[in-house]
Amino acid sequence: MHAVIPYVTAALLFAFGVYGVLRRRNAILVLMAVELMLNAVNLIFVTADATLRSALIGVPHEAWAYPSGEPHAGAVFALFVIVLAAAEVGVGLAIVLQYYRMLRAVAVDEVPLDPAVGTDERVAG
Amino acid sequence: MTVADALLLALGVIAVGSGALVVTTTHLVRAGLYLVISLAAIAALYLVLGAELLAWVQVLVYVGAVVVLLLFAVMLTRAPIGPSTDLDRPAWPAALIGAGVGIGLTALLADAFRWTRYALPETGTPQQMGQEIFGDWVLPFEVLSILLLAALVGAIVLSRPDIGARRDEEAEKH
Repeated sequence: MHAVIPYVTAALLFAFGVYGVLRRRNAILVLMAVELMLNAVNLIFVTADATLRSALIGVPHEAWAYPSGEPHAGAVFALFVIVLAAAEVGVGLAIVLQYYRMLRAVAVDEVPLDPAVGTDERVAG
Repeated sequence: MTVADALLLALGVIAVGSGALVVTTTHLVRAGLYLVISLAAIAALYLVLGAELLAWVQVLVYVGAVVVLLLFAVMLTRAPIGPSTDLDRPAWPAALIGAGVGIGLTALLADAFRWTRYALPETGTPQQMGQEIFGDWVLPFEVLSILLLAALVGAIVLSRPDIGARRDEEAEKH
């Protein structure tokens, strides 16, 4: 396997995620672009795990590179990132839905920065 | 060009292509469905790269839960069925920064790894993953469980208007 293929895939996915976060106005689409970026990072983790293990074949187990016998740290880190992403999307969507309930809008560039606007609408609604 | 290379290339093209459609489509619901394709292709990439458990967790958590949550939010915010015209900001700053990030990262990684061949890793079993998580990484695992609990409580408090610190503000108004 040529490791550069999944690495470049992850780099392009991350770039599209950055583009989506900056381009989109709808808060839900911004969250989708954030998911793309997190997945790119996960792909980097897994690929780095595979290439590192491949490069370390023959290195004795006591060496610095092996904290344990069979390293799968990349996959474990990717699992942790998936859990973090699930927590992020749960709280993020709760915020988006609460904002929609208050102001009937989901555009992130029209969020009123004046705190009085939000409270008035909330009490009225 | 081995079979693994061809698989990685095809799945990568699918993932990047549908990822591009996620950030450019004008249909809100279609963006969620393209996200499903992209995430499933990444899960298949994990399978090729030997992270079997991670691939199934990706399918269960991302395709099963996160995308369903996102589509629920699309429905709850009364998104229109057809194409929307007000989804995007002006393109050039985002395109500039996105292209900069993409070209920079691609150049960095391509220069670091060139066209070197690596042995395809053997598939990791769930047993190995469990030994890793509950052996070396047990403290981060427990911290994550606390974080998940905090996120759960936070989401409930955020989505229920009748609890939280708002009450005394409203009492002041009346």
